[in-house]
Amino acid sequence: MNILVCITHVPDTTSRISFTDNNTKFDTSGVQFIIGPYDDYALARAVELKEANGGEVTVLNVGPADTEPTIRKALAIGADKAIRVNAEPVDSFYVAQQIAAVIKNGNYDLILMGRESIDFNGGMVHGMVGELLNLPAFSPVMKLEIEGDTAKMSREIEGGKEFIEAKLPFIAGCQEPIAEWKIPNMRGIMSARKKPLEVIEPTDSVKNTEVSSYELPPAKGDVKMISKDNVEELVKLLKEEAKVL
Amino acid sequence: MSVVVFIEHEEGKVKKSGLEAVSFAKGLSKGDVVAVAIGANVSSDELAAVGKAGASKVLHVNDEKLNKGVIQAYSHVLAEAIKSVGAKHIVLAKSSLGDPVAARLAVKLDAALIANVSEVPADENDVKTSIFTGKAFANTKVTKENKIFAIKKNAATVLEDGSEAAVEEFSTELSDDLFVGKITGEDKAKGEILLPEADLVVSGGRGLKGPENWNLIEDLARALNAATGCSKPVSDMDWRPHHEHVGQTGVKVAPTLYIAVGISGAIQHLAGVNSSKVIVVINQDEEAPFFKAADYGIVGDAFEILPKLTEAVKAQLN
Ligand SMILES: Cc1cc2nc3c(=O)[nH]c(=O)nc-3n(C[C@H](O)[C@H](O)[C@H](O)COP(=O)(O)OP(=O)(O)OC[C@H]3O[C@@H](n4cnc5c(N)ncnc54)[C@H](O)[C@@H]3O)c2cc1C
Ligand SMILES: Nc1ncnc2c1ncn2[C@@H]1O[C@H](COP(=O)(O)O)[C@@H](O)[C@H]1O
Repeated sequence: MNILVCITHVPDTTSRISFTDNNTKFDTSGVQFIIGPYDDYALARAVELKEANGGEVTVLNVGPADTEPTIRKALAIGADKAIRVNAEPVDSFYVAQQIAAVIKNGNYDLILMGRESIDFNGGMVHGMVGELLNLPAFSPVMKLEIEGDTAKMSREIEGGKEFIEAKLPFIAGCQEPIAEWKIPNMRGIMSARKKPLEVIEPTDSVKNTEVSSYELPPAKGDVKMISKDNVEELVKLLKEEAKVL
Repeated sequence: MSVVVFIEHEEGKVKKSGLEAVSFAKGLSKGDVVAVAIGANVSSDELAAVGKAGASKVLHVNDEKLNKGVIQAYSHVLAEAIKSVGAKHIVLAKSSLGDPVAARLAVKLDAALIANVSEVPADENDVKTSIFTGKAFANTKVTKENKIFAIKKNAATVLEDGSEAAVEEFSTELSDDLFVGKITGEDKAKGEILLPEADLVVSGGRGLKGPENWNLIEDLARALNAATGCSKPVSDMDWRPHHEHVGQTGVKVAPTLYIAVGISGAIQHLAGVNSSKVIVVINQDEEAPFFKAADYGIVGDAFEILPKLTEAVKAQLN
């Protein structure tokens, strides 16, 4: 089974977000970049499926050269090879077209992505790629079992989950508890250096959106503390001051 | 120019997120707002009431085959409805159905997709969107005429001054290959207030010590008519179902009131609650980081405070 896993290169979940150049650029100083946490679930499940069924896991990132340490980490976790499309991932439709082009040139039985990227949080790339290639796309998938050419999944919906059966190939946007995150071991890290990482130039694609500036939310005011012996006061404040009850 | 809005319904009722989407569309455009509802399991009276929020017409795809949200079939039907109206702007509320449908529509209709729209833009080509899991906003320039706005909860206030909408049936050919990916079942809490849409949320963390104590959270939630949520370790340990887990890797909530009990306030948890209007934190540790993100706080033992708070709510809300 050949699996393609699409990964993002995003600020660590504990990062403080700030901007420079008159609020037109994300400030990367002091920021540690990681594989998107949902993409990490996708990768972990892909490696498990490979271990169970044989085949190959390819990771794909659309991004500039500085994403390569993140891609190498995915190789250390257990992917066999990697592709980087050398382009700035600025617009989700642009990224979707790049991913679709890679899928067309490959021979993948399954395409795993994360539920959403944690920078732009679109949760849209899987559906777009699906429509571009006329493939089904399911997200967020919490469970994925494959037998032969058929998959059984559960997908989170508001207040619960739905169960889905689909034939390969398709796209799934993953989230926990689909698999446990894997931590690279020493052997993985050593072998990752030698695994192939192919860099390809982007196909000609349109961009539909562009960020002109960024903003931070207004700072929170001070917290008002209420004594634990006077909880009635809290209810009163919520009613009369905050007006939320 | 008309705007088309996809409205979802649940147990026969149009969801509040759908009314927000209609109100958003009304704020966006001087033109008519045409809502589209899919599935036979909703009445035309219920749909006509969407007029109050600003829709002049509702197209109802009254087809039992579409009672379940099959993504490709929904996208196809909606694209046909949009073409029949001739709309260039489409509005959908963020949900497990709205998002994938929006993504497919963007490709079908050659439209720019703007995700996580957080307010009605004054200029439709310059749209404010929420990014970095609510930690920042981007002002997004849109260069295409066809646009799809995928809106966040609270992006618009629900309007109530409109009149009844005309409900018309709409149908289109549905080929079998639109039903790839068979939905074989569902496991869903019935009659519960759904967390992603809730206006009031009571959430518990590891400080509650175990699932057997959740009646304390549930009692308060019931008194307030609130949904219940939890922190990630709580759902990891199966004290609560996964769909209640709030945060960076869980549900992002945007209630008017979020009450966090026995949750430390890790940055990944805060990422899921930073769109809340008012936050109340109850924690026995006065140094808990959550207090920095709170509007109101009580330092103390949850086991002592929760029953008292529930009583106080009952006494003061009736
Ligand atoms: C990549 C990544 C993603 C993550 N995503 C999420 C996410 O989406 N959501 C999430 O919640 N977490 C997430 N986490 C985990 C997060 O970092 C924290 O570990 C988690 O939020 C802590 O949960 P907690 O506050 O319930 O538990 P704890 O940190 O153990 O805090 C328990 C709190 O309860 C208080 N307490 C104890 N007893 C009482 C009592 N009797 N009365 C009152 N208070 C009491 C304590 O003072 C403490 O503050 C993520 C972590 C990573 C690495
Ligand atoms: N630049 C990128 N390179 C590779 N995969 C991506 C990229 N951007 C998004 N994806 C994939 O698409 C998923 C959804 O992203 P998004 O629609 O941006 O929330 C992510 O979890 C990734 O799996």
